[in-house]
Amino acid sequence: MGKTIAEKIFESHIVDNPSDDIYVIRLDAVFCHEITTPIAINDLVTRCKDRVFDTSKVKAVIDHVTPAKDSKTAAQGKILREWARRHDIKDFFDIGRNGVCHAIFPEKGFVRPGFTIIMGDSHTCTYGAFGAFAAGVGTTDLEVGILKGVCALRYPETIRINITGKIPEGVFAKDIILSVIGLLGVNGATDKVIEFSGPVVTSMSMDARMTICNMAIEAGATCGLCAPDMTTVEYLWNFIREEYKTKDKALEAFRSFCSDPDASYVDIIEHDVSSLEPVATFGYRPDNVKSVREMEGAKIDQVYIGSCTNGRIEDLRIAAAVLRGNKISDSLRGIVSPATTEIYRQAIDEGLVAVFLDAGFCVTNPTCGACLGMSNGVLAEGEACASTTNRNFIGRMGKGGMVHLMSPATAAATAIAGHITNSKLYNGK
Amino acid sequence: MKNFSGKALFLDRSDINTDEIIPAKHLSENTRQSLKPYLFEDINLEGFDNKKDIQGKGIIITRENFGCGSSREHAPWALETNGINLVIAPSFARIFKRNMFNCGMMAVELSHEIISRLFSVFSKRDTEIETLFDKSSFILKSGDVKESVKFEISKFDRALVSAGGWLEYADSRY
Repeated sequence: MGKTIAEKIFESHIVDNPSDDIYVIRLDAVFCHEITTPIAINDLVTRCKDRVFDTSKVKAVIDHVTPAKDSKTAAQGKILREWARRHDIKDFFDIGRNGVCHAIFPEKGFVRPGFTIIMGDSHTCTYGAFGAFAAGVGTTDLEVGILKGVCALRYPETIRINITGKIPEGVFAKDIILSVIGLLGVNGATDKVIEFSGPVVTSMSMDARMTICNMAIEAGATCGLCAPDMTTVEYLWNFIREEYKTKDKALEAFRSFCSDPDASYVDIIEHDVSSLEPVATFGYRPDNVKSVREMEGAKIDQVYIGSCTNGRIEDLRIAAAVLRGNKISDSLRGIVSPATTEIYRQAIDEGLVAVFLDAGFCVTNPTCGACLGMSNGVLAEGEACASTTNRNFIGRMGKGGMVHLMSPATAAATAIAGHITNSKLYNGK
Repeated sequence: MKNFSGKALFLDRSDINTDEIIPAKHLSENTRQSLKPYLFEDINLEGFDNKKDIQGKGIIITRENFGCGSSREHAPWALETNGINLVIAPSFARIFKRNMFNCGMMAVELSHEIISRLFSVFSKRDTEIETLFDKSSFILKSGDVKESVKFEISKFDRALVSAGGWLEYADSRY
């Protein structure tokens, strides 16, 4: 019997099988940020276990509230910073060199096919875009990861979503993943892995693959996964050229982390996107998905473009293409947060930042802040935000606020119109 | 081992997420105890008053997919600091369930049928639940009404509850 990507990675990392279908696996990387890690550090110190299993495999970033907004968030940054120094963690990214975790760690080449990765953040599933098995965990799992380099996980069952057809112009990865979540429901993949396959995925850039894997958790999945291919090799080439010498050799090595044709899945879903329209969410659950056409005219107070879902360079290019030569409506405010310092620089070099500024957007620094209502764009009671982020839970971006999730193209078009509307990039009826 | 017996709090909604259990704006707290007043602060549940309804309760019975959303272990901590160490539901989000057992707390799954029956019989009354950990059963009592329900948790989860959590367990073995 053949094996899935998830099974292959999992089985090559097993350390122990304490009971039933629970396996303890060895970790290739443990990533940390300043919201869930300080409390883990404090606990390890209290238990006299302030150790790190391998300082080259532990990476850290300050990203959620940066710059610090008050004494408490400043203290969180301080705890992480001092811990990184104390343990000589080389890959620590502080303000000025930082970025949203799930954008900066891939950008630095830390995510590789076949890797096992955990982080105290639910959107860790993003890294599956590289053919890595990556799971979001809580603080105790993170502590054990930091201390021992292992994690206990259930043997992975996989749902395969075969994405076929021709993506209509103006429909993007975000529309596809929202439509998948609408299909599966918020509980549809709980404790399972989603493997995204098919010609549409194969033709996607790494940025787009990260967008779809990022939201696997919104259907409850442990991890979203894409098979590594030449696109993966190209993205990582600068980091792996010494190791593999040629791109073909790298590809051959990565192929060992593709699913076998006779692998077994708990479910295989065919999803033809040929007639998919741009979509957005309308309620307090990410599976409350409707076409933008049906939501046309919904009032918006703030447009937010950024986050680990849609704050990468490709997203900014798409938004800028819609905005170029236009002003945002007087009835709302716009905020864009390039997801990393590098993306910010690139956006300046490509003239995208100028487009945002000319349109009337505030271009803020890389941070997660607004997405979870902590800083840099919190909503007031009764306000609605058109957002390229990943969660529309009640109160998510601020108490009493409503979040409509959508693609960067739709968000940009909405900013110009003052209400939810389709972008000019979409020509459908 | 933590206490798993106490008064029941019924939350009649599915998909109660981690932002409802503990809003992100409180994630800048660096001690568990400071989360206590904010449990269920923003929950979308008609008639629920987080100032009154949590008091004196030790166990939550709720609907499916409890704890979906973020990975924050602040969710179990906010429950624990309010004296709630046990949540019973038809299903849980993966990370939330893991976090509960990792903290030596319990997230126990019972069938839809049993949960529906417990709601219809007990949710409108003061209900006391006694947990017999070794016998894997709950005894629900309200006035003259009494019901015993068997539960199952994995050998691993049982070991974590007995060990007081995953950290002690892992550090002694790996």
